[in-house]
Amino acid sequence: MRTSWQTIWSDRGGRLGIILLALFLLITLLAPAVLPDPRTMPDIAGGALLPPSPAHLLGTDHYSRDVLARLVAGARVSLAVAMGAVLISVTLGAAVGLVAGYLGGAIDAILMRLVDAALAIPRLFLLLLMVAIMEHIPLGVLILVIGATGWFGTSRLVRAEVMRLRTLDFVRAAEALGATRRGVVARHLLPNVAGPLAAATTLAVGDVILLEAGLSFLGLGVQPPTPSWGGMILDSKPFLVYAPWTSLPPGLAIVLTVLAVNLVGEALAQDSAGARP
Amino acid sequence: MSALLEVGELRVSFPGSRGRVVPVDGVSFTLSRGETLALVGESGAGKSLTSLALLRLVPPPGRIDPGAALRLDGTDLLGLEGEALRRIRGRRIAMVFQDPMTSLNPVLTIGDQISETIRAHFRLPAREARRRAESLLTEVGLGDSTDRYGSYPHQLSGGMRQRVMLAIALAAEPDLLIADEPTSALDVTVQAQILELLDRLKAARAMAVLLITHDLGIVAGRADRVAVMYAGRIVEEAPVDRLFAQPAHPYTKGLLASLPRLRGPRKPLGAIPGSVPVPGQWPVGCRFHPRCPQAMPRCLTEPPVVPLAAGHSMRCWLGVKES
Repeated sequence: MRTSWQTIWSDRGGRLGIILLALFLLITLLAPAVLPDPRTMPDIAGGALLPPSPAHLLGTDHYSRDVLARLVAGARVSLAVAMGAVLISVTLGAAVGLVAGYLGGAIDAILMRLVDAALAIPRLFLLLLMVAIMEHIPLGVLILVIGATGWFGTSRLVRAEVMRLRTLDFVRAAEALGATRRGVVARHLLPNVAGPLAAATTLAVGDVILLEAGLSFLGLGVQPPTPSWGGMILDSKPFLVYAPWTSLPPGLAIVLTVLAVNLVGEALAQDSAGARP
Repeated sequence: MSALLEVGELRVSFPGSRGRVVPVDGVSFTLSRGETLALVGESGAGKSLTSLALLRLVPPPGRIDPGAALRLDGTDLLGLEGEALRRIRGRRIAMVFQDPMTSLNPVLTIGDQISETIRAHFRLPAREARRRAESLLTEVGLGDSTDRYGSYPHQLSGGMRQRVMLAIALAAEPDLLIADEPTSALDVTVQAQILELLDRLKAARAMAVLLITHDLGIVAGRADRVAVMYAGRIVEEAPVDRLFAQPAHPYTKGLLASLPRLRGPRKPLGAIPGSVPVPGQWPVGCRFHPRCPQAMPRCLTEPPVVPLAAGHSMRCWLGVKES
């Protein structure tokens, strides 16, 4: 049995993705120790909108805050939102998909029609609606909302896999030998959908990073002064032309992170498409 | 000796475009402890569906028609539902499927799959389940290597996997083992080993075995009794020696004539003309009559089940004296 790590590492794109992600993670975890705190320590003496210099590697923004420090702090927020939201949506999606696919019948029909209805509304509109109802959005609620609107596709994927698996001999054999329903789901179905699920999960992280950046850019996501990549781009929009160091770094960070995540996801997806029971 | 399993007038039907299709149509037999009954027939005769019906696992939209009797040790299997039914599956009646390559979960170790079945039926700590699983592996001849328990199915050959399937089937110490074509997917040499293992396990545990096969060659040395199925019905039932020595039903004779012989004069192998009719398009009267060399006018009416000798009966007009 090849482990997921070996799978990703043997794929050239996957290896690049892993290296990039490891690098970002390292920077995100270690950099706050040496960089000034972005909220409490604006460099008033240095001045606002300073270009990159040895003192401020990526310059300062219009509040005299160090852009690199905010970028790193923003990474923590953006990645936390992405992982939290994906964890919620994958759990929900897997649960609904397993129930619908294994039990079938009326339960399946009801669940899938609900998913159809939810899928008919574009996710961004759904989010905008939910976010617009609330005045101020705490980070936890944002994670919850993004997670709750992201599981529809996953449930479809899991359901399709489960419907294929449940006709296979080993599932029928387990039933014939008195396995409980819970046992069949936990030990025979879930481990066998883990491959495609892992790929979908990874790709969903990329999606959510973009989604959160988009929401924050619209001012509806992470609220200032908490830094996030999308929020940073929004803040620096008026200075786009004469202080590009304020907006380019968060933009690049978004692009590179999503790219890295997708490379890993693709590597996993190709593998799970190749070897199936 | 009272029967362990009693099957009476078992009918399994599926909805079709023109009324219900009945692939298993009035099958009756009994099976005692320690006894092996072979259910023999061509593909489509209804053998596998009969065995699935015993476990109440007829795939929907199929169903067991009312009026059938299914009793295990006096318990009415048709009256059970839910948890009570689950406790029968594996614990009282276990099943080994045909293809060992697809009957094992590819992502779990074989040891875990054995332990799982043990713990589905007995309240045991994980360590004790593991100990039992290891001794089962030894019993089925896979105890040679220390870490068989942690092997994955893809690391094993077809014969080894079928041994694992047997270990899983025996995990909850069933009274009845249904072996559905247990060796059809295996090499001939491995077939013999698995069948010998099956015999040995049966003897050691005083289990009843329902051996489902299309291969009369397998039946010869292993079964106590044979029931020959054709088009959803049992057409002849006899002790194994008598069936081979004095087959009575023309279908059974045809099957035996189509077996190659090592001894005796060389002659062309017999073949039964035509093929098994599809369920739903069964001929009226005796279902074998269009292919039967001894067909006569009254074969157009339903033949009775005729007792021929102790434990030997057939469903054919040839057994009835002209009146």
